[in-house]
Amino acid sequence: MLALKNLVKTYENGHQAVKGVSVDIKQGEFIVLVGPSGCGKSSILRSIAGLESITGGEIELNHRRIDTEKPASRDIAMVFQNYALYPHMSVYDNLAYGLKNRGVDKATITSKIEKVAETLKIADYLDRKPAKLSGGQRQRVAMGRAIVRDPQLFLFDEPLSNLDASLRAHMRLEIKKLQRELGVTSVYVTHDQVEAMTLADRIIVLNQGEIEQIGTPSEVYHQPASTFVASFIGSPAMNFHQAEIKNGVIKFDQQSVFLAEYAHLPAQIIQLGIRPEHALLESVNTGLSFQLSVQAVEPLGPNQLVHGLVGDKIFTALTPELDFATQESLTFNVAKQHLHLFDEAGKRLLADTNVLAQAS
Amino acid sequence: MKQNQWFDHVILILGALFMVIPIWLIFASSTHNPNTIISDGLQWWPGSNFLEVYGEVWDKSIGFSTDVNAKSMIINSMVMGLGFAIGKIIISMMAAYALVYFRMPFASLWFWLIFVTLLLPLEVRIIPSYEVVANLGMLNSFSGLILPLIASATATFFFRQFFRTIPNELLEAAQLDNAGPIRFFLDILLPLSKTMIAAIFIIMFVVGWNQYLWPIMMTTDESYNTIVMGVKQLLSDISQSSQPRYDQAFALVIFAMLPPILVVIIFQRWFVKGLVETEK
Repeated sequence: MLALKNLVKTYENGHQAVKGVSVDIKQGEFIVLVGPSGCGKSSILRSIAGLESITGGEIELNHRRIDTEKPASRDIAMVFQNYALYPHMSVYDNLAYGLKNRGVDKATITSKIEKVAETLKIADYLDRKPAKLSGGQRQRVAMGRAIVRDPQLFLFDEPLSNLDASLRAHMRLEIKKLQRELGVTSVYVTHDQVEAMTLADRIIVLNQGEIEQIGTPSEVYHQPASTFVASFIGSPAMNFHQAEIKNGVIKFDQQSVFLAEYAHLPAQIIQLGIRPEHALLESVNTGLSFQLSVQAVEPLGPNQLVHGLVGDKIFTALTPELDFATQESLTFNVAKQHLHLFDEAGKRLLADTNVLAQAS
Repeated sequence: MKQNQWFDHVILILGALFMVIPIWLIFASSTHNPNTIISDGLQWWPGSNFLEVYGEVWDKSIGFSTDVNAKSMIINSMVMGLGFAIGKIIISMMAAYALVYFRMPFASLWFWLIFVTLLLPLEVRIIPSYEVVANLGMLNSFSGLILPLIASATATFFFRQFFRTIPNELLEAAQLDNAGPIRFFLDILLPLSKTMIAAIFIIMFVVGWNQYLWPIMMTTDESYNTIVMGVKQLLSDISQSSQPRYDQAFALVIFAMLPPILVVIIFQRWFVKGLVETEK
């Protein structure tokens, strides 16, 4: 439905923000672009909107090339980070402005706005100015301005980052419900991995202008394609430790475990990734065990973070609320399916699917 | 603390009295018989001639060869002040719009070129300006009085600074809302600039109203006399006259002061209201 073909964006100062991004987005899909600041996610979004011209590549919406058209004729709507509501217009006029400029007649505008106002529960303050609204209400109006135009594509540019934490969680849910209800294809930019995980049908993880991984939230979480994705998605971040693999035997912290599905890999130094929540105190069937010497404990309420040393490197584990003394030595176990193997360049080493299929 | 406030107020009150007392003296004296002023000096309390003197100054020709009175001079000054203020606002808003929102080659060079004209005030370039106006055949006309002075570096600078504080997302939202450059200017920028326009209007109206050298140079016809010129004219008449009409001169001064004061009062309200309403 929306297709980016080898999108390149180079700024006037020579900085290449987007380095050849290609992606196909399906009808009705909710896509989240996520990455650290400077990864090019906003540049991609603004290029789709037409607020920035692209240096190379093509953008197609419904088989219609749109990157050569002006923003208003692309049939897209955008929700801005600071809402960008017109401060001197009432909520009603804010919603009506885009329609009025497109020559829609007054009666149609009124009926459309009434419908949207009802969906978003903003009917009570249609005649107020944006300055008289709370952050959450402004957020709704900004979305209303996008919805009322009935576009083929929604673009969201970090729309929740100006809200406080509790409201953010609430609006996150509302955006998701609304998007499902309207079924409009959406592209959402955020640097917050929680928003990315909760909202997305598919996540696109970007790093320095290139796609690191495209996948469903569960794929991105369970099979990160690189150490970058693995450390970006999931909080607290994944632990990485150096290990060795030879004929399927992984050696780590004087322990070793044989995993048949990795037997095809040549002998090499690897980076072993373990998520804090997958390091367990209780024993597991097949997996890896190692000793951790406790340095500090951070209680989170339902559970706690245990920071300690494995060998001479920091390791963080998520455990139930238990009392640990500093310097105490604990044994952690990780099930084999929760071991992530990356080569030295940070790319994921894939398990042999044939072996996995036989085992199950 | 209390002591300090009291002291502050005394300073402020003294300052206010210092400004207001001369004006009061002029007003009070203007309502007396001219002989009272000549024999007893300035008067502290209003006299009985108010309607008589002001009516006479308003309607009757005073010391001019033709039919020039306070009314016609105030109209001329109004045209000057309004033409000045409105013209300057229109021109400088458009200039600032171009400077801020359009990708012009050498935009900052243009801006500085406009800005350095502040170093050349009217008095410095009055001879060439006169030459230009004379060659265009615009002497003794309102367009000759107003048009040559309508470009304003100060106002352009203020509008430029103001436009730069307007978040860029508004422009982008307007672009997505199918608003072209003209619509964006009229629908978004103009209403948002209300307070700025009011402020500049106050300044420029007063500047235009108080012009003295410029209309003297550009007009020889008495029917184009502004009230500031009229005050001067009346003062020189007085120095030659055996029976100086100080009361009329004072009344004319009061007339000359009223419109700028009204403009400040009216637009100040609008200005403050705008400041309170817009959220930054």
